[in-house]
Amino acid sequence: MASLCLYFQVHQPIRLRPDFDYFAIGNHQDYEDHDRNKEILTRVAQNCYLKTNQILLDLINTHKGAFRVAFSLSGIVMDQLAQWAPEVLVTFAKLRDTGAVEFLSETYYHSLASLASEKEWKRQVRLHRETMMKYFGVEPRVVRNTELIYKNDLALVAESMGFRGIIAEGVESVLGWRSPHFVYQPEGASLIKLLLKDYHLSDDIAFRFSDRQWKEWPLDASKYAMWLKTAGEVGDTINLFLDYETFGEHHKESTGIFEFLRHLPGEVFKQTSLTFMTPSEVIKNYQSVAPLNFAHNTSWADREKDISAWLGNHLQNASFAAVYAMEKDVLASKNQDLIHAWGKLQTSDYFYYMCTKPYTDGEVHSYFNPHASPYDAFIVFANVLNEFKLKLKNVAKTRKITRKPLAASSGPSESDQVPAAASEAGISNLETLNT
Amino acid sequence: MRVLMLGWEFPPHITGGLGTACHGLSTALSHLVHEITFVLPRLHGDSSGGRVTLIGAADIRDSVESSEHWLSSNTETFSIQSSLRPYLTAWEYDEQIRWIAQERARHHLEPSIFGFSGDYGKSLFEEVLRYGDIAGRVVLKKSFNIIHAHDWMTFLAGVKAKQLSGLPLIVHVHALEFDRSGNQIDQRIFDIEKYGMNFADRIIAVSQRTKDLIVQKYGIPAHKIHVVYNGTFNDQASIAAAPKRRRPLPGKTVVFLGRITMQKGPEYFLEAAYMVAKKINDVRFVMAGSGDLLPKMITRMAELKLLDRFHFTGFVSEKQRALLLSETDLFVMPSVSEPFGITPIEAIQYGVPVIVTKQSGVSEILRHAIKVDFWDVRKIADSMINILTSPELAKQLVEGSKLDLSTISWFRAADQVHRVYQEVL
Repeated sequence: MASLCLYFQVHQPIRLRPDFDYFAIGNHQDYEDHDRNKEILTRVAQNCYLKTNQILLDLINTHKGAFRVAFSLSGIVMDQLAQWAPEVLVTFAKLRDTGAVEFLSETYYHSLASLASEKEWKRQVRLHRETMMKYFGVEPRVVRNTELIYKNDLALVAESMGFRGIIAEGVESVLGWRSPHFVYQPEGASLIKLLLKDYHLSDDIAFRFSDRQWKEWPLDASKYAMWLKTAGEVGDTINLFLDYETFGEHHKESTGIFEFLRHLPGEVFKQTSLTFMTPSEVIKNYQSVAPLNFAHNTSWADREKDISAWLGNHLQNASFAAVYAMEKDVLASKNQDLIHAWGKLQTSDYFYYMCTKPYTDGEVHSYFNPHASPYDAFIVFANVLNEFKLKLKNVAKTRKITRKPLAASSGPSESDQVPAAASEAGISNLETLNT
Repeated sequence: MRVLMLGWEFPPHITGGLGTACHGLSTALSHLVHEITFVLPRLHGDSSGGRVTLIGAADIRDSVESSEHWLSSNTETFSIQSSLRPYLTAWEYDEQIRWIAQERARHHLEPSIFGFSGDYGKSLFEEVLRYGDIAGRVVLKKSFNIIHAHDWMTFLAGVKAKQLSGLPLIVHVHALEFDRSGNQIDQRIFDIEKYGMNFADRIIAVSQRTKDLIVQKYGIPAHKIHVVYNGTFNDQASIAAAPKRRRPLPGKTVVFLGRITMQKGPEYFLEAAYMVAKKINDVRFVMAGSGDLLPKMITRMAELKLLDRFHFTGFVSEKQRALLLSETDLFVMPSVSEPFGITPIEAIQYGVPVIVTKQSGVSEILRHAIKVDFWDVRKIADSMINILTSPELAKQLVEGSKLDLSTISWFRAADQVHRVYQEVL
């Protein structure tokens, strides 16, 4: 009997001020676009997070736990929720209380760190793990990297950190004749298992659902369950991994996306013998059928399914190099605010905004882009980096003068602590969210 | 003497050298002539109030905004609703028209509140024709003695005015299509330039270089062309009062200020900056301005990984321009073909040493600037390093350049222009 595994990605970047120009550098101005970030976050909370969480909660209750899902929340979306829509965190805690919901691990900053620094990737994953423990009292066992960026080495790093599952895109160039509907073993690993996204079935919901040009439009839960039945005839698991904002934001309520979701579990139970499982349950219940070799980085983005959406041109490569060139100096500063600010600059979205790919993927890019063009995005980011460098320099100077180590008041693992922003936002007194 | 001046832009909204030159010349000229009527194109809703009147010509229903006395008591201005801007290319024009349509749709505006439904020309050339027709007719509103038109977009208006009135026409050449586009000229612009110059009674060129080009490329007899260099008001008081700021970033600042187009040679600045950045640590570069080569320059800067040493500002306002010049240590104008080049003069007024190309008109009057060929990136870089590492040289250049500037002024330019007027009257 095969399983159906749903995981939703919850993330909102911290957008930068599009007017942070050359003349803004050095004026100690804040380069984050607070108004816009607040506006978007509260809108998405209303349109998507609160509504969809309620639907999922009802479905879990209706089906007495037979309906199960997983979430991955980036650290910076949790920060922003804590600041502007803490009620959303409370509803996630309610979902946790059902016992039918699993939370996954990821980099705190939704970053590209795995492409630059293993040390930094681990630091951010640990930071995220501590944050999940702090907010929800859970310790994730399965990890997914930003935008499903994945290759063999990453599985080995994750395994060494105690993870027993990792998630990747079901990339055809790697799978060849094999099906994404099985659990695999990452090349060279022994304990950790690999789950692959079925991107055809996932994208039917995420991208095509409201497309009136699509020959399957309109899609309803009954038809989709039929497809799942066919897909589930061979294999152990169908993994549907989607951006959570698919519900109510990318597809507005008027498209019928909520109705689709409300009826999906019922139709699955009616038409198929599939069992809903969370990623950890899939890993526990199924053996890996074979090793799978991801020699190069893959991802869930664009048609290329590689890292070219973030590191595909000079603008992106130069920005990326500049961010990670600062790693040593930033960490050496031992200044928590600075380290947190640097972490935020690693968010993948900034690099995505600089993508210059043409055609259809470019359209998806520009949908998400707060800047007028990739060049504007790059210039703002470069200005922000220069502003950050000034800060870094000032902190280094102050440190030299005072000599009194800031570390005196902090524990040894200070760089792993929950960033100041989270605690300032008053989330510390929510502690583990009780409902 | 009453002058009908077909010009460009309006303080405080000056976007380029052409506007600065028109403003400077007209201000000085207003002391020498009886009256100047200044006609300029202006996007509707593009700023300052002023009385709105309609031109009486029966077959034209257009808006003319009139605001008197912006230069001095004997000048008045007509702004004609038009989407023309100096240096606009055909492609930029199309973009602008799209933008205007979008804005109107966004604000649910009627096509035109004046009921003038023709709107703007569908293409740059249609608009130049349309503008020429309307602006030329201003000559009938009053009695004038002379018509003075600045650069090709106003030449048709100048010719029209001359045909309607029989008055002498002076065309003032601030830049040629050959300067803007190298050898890839737009034949239609070339034709309008040549048409205007043929019709003109006299031509004023902003440099000997420009005069030579007019003779060589357009076949105009040299005796019809007078060289009048642009000027400056040498207004040290206003520069001293200009806003300053603490330098935000460490190191010396080398500045390019101009449109990011082929004509201005931005790539030579960038490549030279790269060579300098490898040699000297505490120096940074600012490329200020906008233009069609901006994306290419940004990409190249990223490729050279100069992210923390090279900055782009995009279009700069007057205020930002002053801020930037006040924190500049070295100014470079790497123009490929520059009829005059007023920005190095501004830089000198701010006490900044300058490097200019031999392919610029301003190099004819600046004896104390470093002069290089635009293509000689190595020499540009070498000169940058010399000036940046030798405070004595920098000081020497600035002192010498200030002496050079003392020989030019808008009053002197106006005097020369006035003499050209007298020749044809």
